[in-house]
Amino acid sequence: MKRVQFEHSTIPYLFVAPQIVIIVVFFLWPAAQAIYQSFLLEDAWGLSSQFVWFRNYKDTIFSESWLQAASFTMVFSALVTFLSLAIALLLAVKANEVIRGASTYKTTLMWAYAIAPPVAGLMGNLMFNPLIGDLYKFFNAIGWDFDHKLDSFDAGFVVVLIAVWKQVSVNFIFFLSGLQGIPKSVNEASMMDCKSSFRRFWTITFPLLAPTTFFLMVINITYAFFETFGIIDTTTRGAPGGATNTLVFKVFQDGFRGADLGGSSAQSVVLMLMVLALTVVQFRFIERKVHY
Amino acid sequence: MKQWNWRLISTHTILIIGVIFMSLPVWVAFATSTHSAESIIRNGLQFWPGGEFVNTYKEVLFVKGGVMKSVLGTTMLKNSLILGIGFAIGKVVISMLAAYAIVYFRFKLAVPLFWVIFMTLLLPLEVRIIPSYGVVAGLGLLDTHFGLIVPLIASATGTFFFRQFFRSVPDELLEAARLDGATAWGFFKDILVPISKTMIAAILIIMFVVGWNQYLWPLIMTTKEENYTLVIGIKQIYQVLAEGGEVPQYQKAFALTILATLPPVLVVLVFQNWFVKGLVESEK
Repeated sequence: MKRVQFEHSTIPYLFVAPQIVIIVVFFLWPAAQAIYQSFLLEDAWGLSSQFVWFRNYKDTIFSESWLQAASFTMVFSALVTFLSLAIALLLAVKANEVIRGASTYKTTLMWAYAIAPPVAGLMGNLMFNPLIGDLYKFFNAIGWDFDHKLDSFDAGFVVVLIAVWKQVSVNFIFFLSGLQGIPKSVNEASMMDCKSSFRRFWTITFPLLAPTTFFLMVINITYAFFETFGIIDTTTRGAPGGATNTLVFKVFQDGFRGADLGGSSAQSVVLMLMVLALTVVQFRFIERKVHY
Repeated sequence: MKQWNWRLISTHTILIIGVIFMSLPVWVAFATSTHSAESIIRNGLQFWPGGEFVNTYKEVLFVKGGVMKSVLGTTMLKNSLILGIGFAIGKVVISMLAAYAIVYFRFKLAVPLFWVIFMTLLLPLEVRIIPSYGVVAGLGLLDTHFGLIVPLIASATGTFFFRQFFRSVPDELLEAARLDGATAWGFFKDILVPISKTMIAAILIIMFVVGWNQYLWPLIMTTKEENYTLVIGIKQIYQVLAEGGEVPQYQKAFALTILATLPPVLVVLVFQNWFVKGLVESEK
């Protein structure tokens, strides 16, 4: 906090008011409603509802389809996070090494940041289109009996590939700026002590990038959980048979398509708890970083 | 010496593969969009531009009933611009004001209000999507720009960013300004805003891209085609293609993805330095 501050009774409230009003109306109120609705059971016509305690939670969370979506979301998030971080780190390290063409590489590797997930999804969808998609034809030509409309592994492959493609550029930007933040003297000293560039990377550079990596892990998990909605919705839409349903996509499907408000709200509340856990992890880490 | 050369070659090879991996899909989308529907069906995706560029894009942008039933590409472009720009400006204004109050004033509810703002991090749109729709519908805001933009702008990210930045501003500035008799509003308007210019620009760029790329919220809260943004239009195209019918107009689908991609990409490329700075600093 500032040592010098204005002492004033009303003005600060006027300044925060716009944000607080919007938060109360469009964040807290809907969130409270989600919690409230998660305890209600509506009849088929939505005319009357009944307070049913945790029945919606029990019914949805122990249902096979939710568990399927949950396990797919876990595997999907782990793969997307790991692969997009690994590819981005490799590219950032290489881009940080070159002198010739450094800025061209940088620009051409980061610009995909600006592409919306659903746009990436539609492009990917067309590349895997059985009629015109070259990737679809390619995989079948090399002997992989590829059909993402019927095979759940192939469908998972498509969404992971698109989600990774979309996320590499963000990670690349952060890794590159992390690498550029490492002092030249550290690099020079390590070069004298260690000839092998491979070992130098894992013993010096990578530990110094640990804060960036950890931060990016949180960002990537959040991305895989929430922002990939647009990719799923423009490619597999959960097919085949719910094998590529993420938890967020299922909230949307059950709430809007299935009109199961209670169940969908219960799923929302579970997701809120997951975000809470992620945020706690993130902030505990940031606290620690201050003491480094 | 020879070993060093190999190293350089492998470095460039990896980078070039990376560039191809990141760029080829978009290039293919563009190249394919400039061919006719029939030739795409016959020959698949295209790697080299064809002769239908003007026809395809003219039809997507200016002809009704081409791709969508009743909406022009230019209308969707306009809606996307309104969403992107409105979101960016709204977010910067609201979060700067809130951050100013939190950093520069001593008031009773400062801490609880800060926590209220912080809580928005726990409530991504996706987890409160159905009740949010209910609230906006109840307020009669469906299909309005206000209802589209405002529920998106109150999250904490911008506020945290400006809070961080304001705290790094030297205290002497306020002391001096107060000696000169500056009011709270005067200090904000004449001193704080001008020294935040670069930061404001960086956040505007990032938020424009974020706003332009919104998908789930515009998808559920716009019901009329004339309110579609380009990103939502893409979803409709996908449905038209999936349903089949006559010759699938793949070139138009690709043209629309290119149109939806171009403005945010241009903004990021043109303002690359600000953008990178804003991104890296704001998420710390």
